[in-house]
Amino acid sequence: MAQHKINYLQEAGLPVALTTVDKLVQWGRSNSLWPLTYGLACCAIEMMATGASRYDFDRFGTIFRASPRQADVIVIAGTLTKKHAPFMRRLYDQMPDPKWVISMGSCANTGGMFNTYATVQGADRIIPVDIYLPGCAPRPETLQYALMLLQKKIRTEKASRRLEPKRLV
Amino acid sequence: MMRSYSDKHNVQKKSYYNDRYFVAPQIPKEAVESDDVFANDLSVLKTKFEIQEAYIQKGQLVVYIDPKDNVSVLQTLRDELSYNFLSEHSAIDWLAKSGEFEIFYQMLSTSKRKRMRVKCFIKEKEVLKSVIGVYKSADWAEREMYDMFGVIISGHPYMKRILMPDDWYDHPLRKTYPLQGDEVAQWYEIDKIFGKEYRDIIGPEERDSARVDVNDTYRFAHLNHEVPFGAEPSQEKTVTDYQEEGGVFIVKKLKKEDAITLKERY
Repeated sequence: MAQHKINYLQEAGLPVALTTVDKLVQWGRSNSLWPLTYGLACCAIEMMATGASRYDFDRFGTIFRASPRQADVIVIAGTLTKKHAPFMRRLYDQMPDPKWVISMGSCANTGGMFNTYATVQGADRIIPVDIYLPGCAPRPETLQYALMLLQKKIRTEKASRRLEPKRLV
Repeated sequence: MMRSYSDKHNVQKKSYYNDRYFVAPQIPKEAVESDDVFANDLSVLKTKFEIQEAYIQKGQLVVYIDPKDNVSVLQTLRDELSYNFLSEHSAIDWLAKSGEFEIFYQMLSTSKRKRMRVKCFIKEKEVLKSVIGVYKSADWAEREMYDMFGVIISGHPYMKRILMPDDWYDHPLRKTYPLQGDEVAQWYEIDKIFGKEYRDIIGPEERDSARVDVNDTYRFAHLNHEVPFGAEPSQEKTVTDYQEEGGVFIVKKLKKEDAITLKERY
């Protein structure tokens, strides 16, 4: 009996790590971000490249899901037209909380070069955006960096279900 | 030849097509008799229909017809003159000039290796017969023509807008349609998703793509001086590292000083 006795204070220390629930939960969330398989235009090609083996989103725990019910990130990859805006909003509404949005590329940020009647002038008019990613189209490294920034942002957030209200309802 | 000088003061405030560049190029027209194949085609058409004008431009025959004859002219061209492919069909907006649309049917004969264009003028509210019974490819072209110009087609099996949403107001390719959209277009997505009462909350579209305001923290972050959304702008430098100082449990911390530069790619 005595030979199994461990002196917690002297050997390798207590086999216990102290943390907060917020940190633990958000650490888990930030390392298993599942984006929606959802591309609108040429940025989606870069997004696919980021997901493929060379840039490899999987090592961040980021796996594309084909259903909004399983996703918690939506990457708006491309030009959002006014015809498509209600569908985009519906997909966002179908995602369970907590959810985050990356606006990828100039078109999603501001409408970009499409200063016309048919393009939404910035996806943030429809849904609240967490990360704005510049570029036309952004390289896969840029999307990776955006994802890492989003992970960092998530780690600083609270884990509680009552989320801070975002700008758009 | 040099373009004649015109005053370019404040030229950017003007529409580009009414001052500097609008010298409509005139493509020379040739007589139809200069080409045997086209001369024969035209004589066949002339025996059956009223031809208002005909000439050859860039090696292609252009024929102006009565809009009431459009189906039978195309039927003749397909069955008797072997123009087997309707490659393009749309309209040109001349409403400001003469209150008319110019309709064109661009056709190709693969056996004769010739292209020709059938044209006609219709008034704004005039109904044009569908040619979908002659050429299947007119299906989407006619829908697009209705969508973009508001040309009314009769006899089409599925006359709906093809590009714009069904509840869109007006026809965007008309010259009178503003490039950045009328009021309905500018608020389309807000009205549809949130309702009209949200117009005040969300605000009008920011259409000036050159606008930069470092004190505006609602749109883009001031690089290296990021503050939370909507907070007061700050001159303090912010660190844009993607990992916290102490590191994150299990996640490996990138040490920039340990990074190596590869001599060559592998």
